[in-house]
Amino acid sequence: MNPDTKKIQFSEKAQQEIQEILTHYPDKRSALLPVLNLAQAEFGHIGEDVMVMVANLLDLTPPKVYEVVTFYTLLNEKPVGKYLIQLCRTLQCALAGSENILGHLQQKLGIRVGETTQDGLFTLRTVECLASCGTAPAMQINGAFYESLTREKLDRILDDLKRGAQPTLKPMGQN
Amino acid sequence: MKYEKVLHKNLETPGYTGSLADYERLGGYQAIRKVFKEYAPAQLTDLVKRSSLRGRGGAGFPTGMKWDFLPKDPAITRYLCCNADESEPGTFKDRQLIERDPHQLIEGMVLAAYAIGARVGYIYVRGEFVHGARVLERALAEARRAGYLGKNILKSGMDIDIHLHVGAGAYICGEETALLESIEGKRGLPRTKPPFPATHGLYGKPTVINNVETLSNLPHIVNRGAEWFTSIGSPPKSPGMRIFSVSGHVNRPGNYEVPMGIPLRELIYEHAGGVRGDKKIKAIIPGGASAAFLTEGSLDVKLDFESIAQVGSMLGSGGVTVMDEDTCMVWAALNLMEFFAHETCGKCSPCREGSSWLVQMMRRIEHGHGRMEDLDQLVRICGGIAGKTVCAFGDAEVAPILSTLKHWRSEYEYHIKEKKCMVGNRGGSLVTIGGH
Repeated sequence: MNPDTKKIQFSEKAQQEIQEILTHYPDKRSALLPVLNLAQAEFGHIGEDVMVMVANLLDLTPPKVYEVVTFYTLLNEKPVGKYLIQLCRTLQCALAGSENILGHLQQKLGIRVGETTQDGLFTLRTVECLASCGTAPAMQINGAFYESLTREKLDRILDDLKRGAQPTLKPMGQN
Repeated sequence: MKYEKVLHKNLETPGYTGSLADYERLGGYQAIRKVFKEYAPAQLTDLVKRSSLRGRGGAGFPTGMKWDFLPKDPAITRYLCCNADESEPGTFKDRQLIERDPHQLIEGMVLAAYAIGARVGYIYVRGEFVHGARVLERALAEARRAGYLGKNILKSGMDIDIHLHVGAGAYICGEETALLESIEGKRGLPRTKPPFPATHGLYGKPTVINNVETLSNLPHIVNRGAEWFTSIGSPPKSPGMRIFSVSGHVNRPGNYEVPMGIPLRELIYEHAGGVRGDKKIKAIIPGGASAAFLTEGSLDVKLDFESIAQVGSMLGSGGVTVMDEDTCMVWAALNLMEFFAHETCGKCSPCREGSSWLVQMMRRIEHGHGRMEDLDQLVRICGGIAGKTVCAFGDAEVAPILSTLKHWRSEYEYHIKEKKCMVGNRGGSLVTIGGH
């Protein structure tokens, strides 16, 4: 099927959530960021088809959606791997050796920053400060924090994910 | 020195989960009851003014005064926003307050909403705080079920509800007018001021934006009084406790709640356990990446707004980063410049263009291709950015370069002349110059 003509739609559950979100604001446009976050959770990334659908849903012109999607770094316009690794590169993590962690990650995954492994499992990105400076170096995988990283810890995390473990959300200092 | 904890009291209590039941057991939501019974909204504003509480997000503006700027006509809709977009490099205190004691924040927001007459509040939490957002959602639902939020709170006749608004990755959305734009479903571009949010904020209505730590202070000020608050810390201008996030080359990095005004030396050597490997300190950033670097010579400065300003930096967000004697200052300044160049929103030309010029020149110097005249050129470009932009980002982004050039110009010159680094250490990993 031509992806341009494929009708893309939110799940029933997401549609209910959107109805709830709309009650939070006096203005439909305010629901844009929450709805885009929801869209990314549903569809993995926000392509043009999703942008047009969201625009129609919120009575916006597509450019109003596009300009927002391109502004916020957590919104992906292109597909990413099953696990999106976002390693902090900012000073506080760099002081704790994040350059070494990055080198190890690139070597271990066989990819460079911005790339995805051939099996589609891992995408590697560097990001700015994650508010994890007291437990540096730190990264997030699909939104879950992994902190106080060492090469050994990194090996364990990647092996676990390859074996099918899911990233788990935990408070600061506990992952 | 050991100090009585205030904001960290609950979360440092063994077994404390941050649930509503735990929060109530330790005295939570008593401040709301007290205020609804004893204070008119204007009296609560007056109490906070008398406490001299100042914003804990970065600018340090007096909280009660900020509230007082709102128009008095109760018929005008107004909004409360909690700034939980904690993204200032070196700062991680709000994340902990959110994850570990969400009801303290929610109670603070109900108090602030009551004082300013807002019926709706939004918590703008950065998109990376996925766990924090879940904790807040759960806590908001608990508070609603218990009657602390929603219609006719505790039968007071007050309707106040709070919604979570999750961002999607943009440092600039911590700037309060960019935050408002973001809630309105737009790019986070700061607005030209005036008009200020107090009169023209969210949806053009009077709006107060307060930081997580600021709001978390309110239940304690109500419970214990303005006199108690001004008796701790560094009164009259910087009273109260402050949470400092300590990071970098220290033995015990972490969040430390201490009275405002303790010496920087005490924070680093007593609370954070001193420098790793007993090395000497070369540089300290006292208030997040936007604050100028200080040298070891400033270790005896008091950690309050005025004292830090006197030594040429700022208390900012309370993010204290320590760098030991082996850290390359050119490398450190380049790293932060790359941060700012990535995060500039692009609205103002001096900041948008200037930040990328500065990164290019800093990379050139770091990689051994710099020219001596670059140093004056860096200063000239910084001068063309600071004070020439719509928001304070422009002033912030020049701080790392200007302050490192001021204190460690010889390291820049060494890079240019010798085409290598004077100390060779880039945060624990030895890399030869030009190697990346």
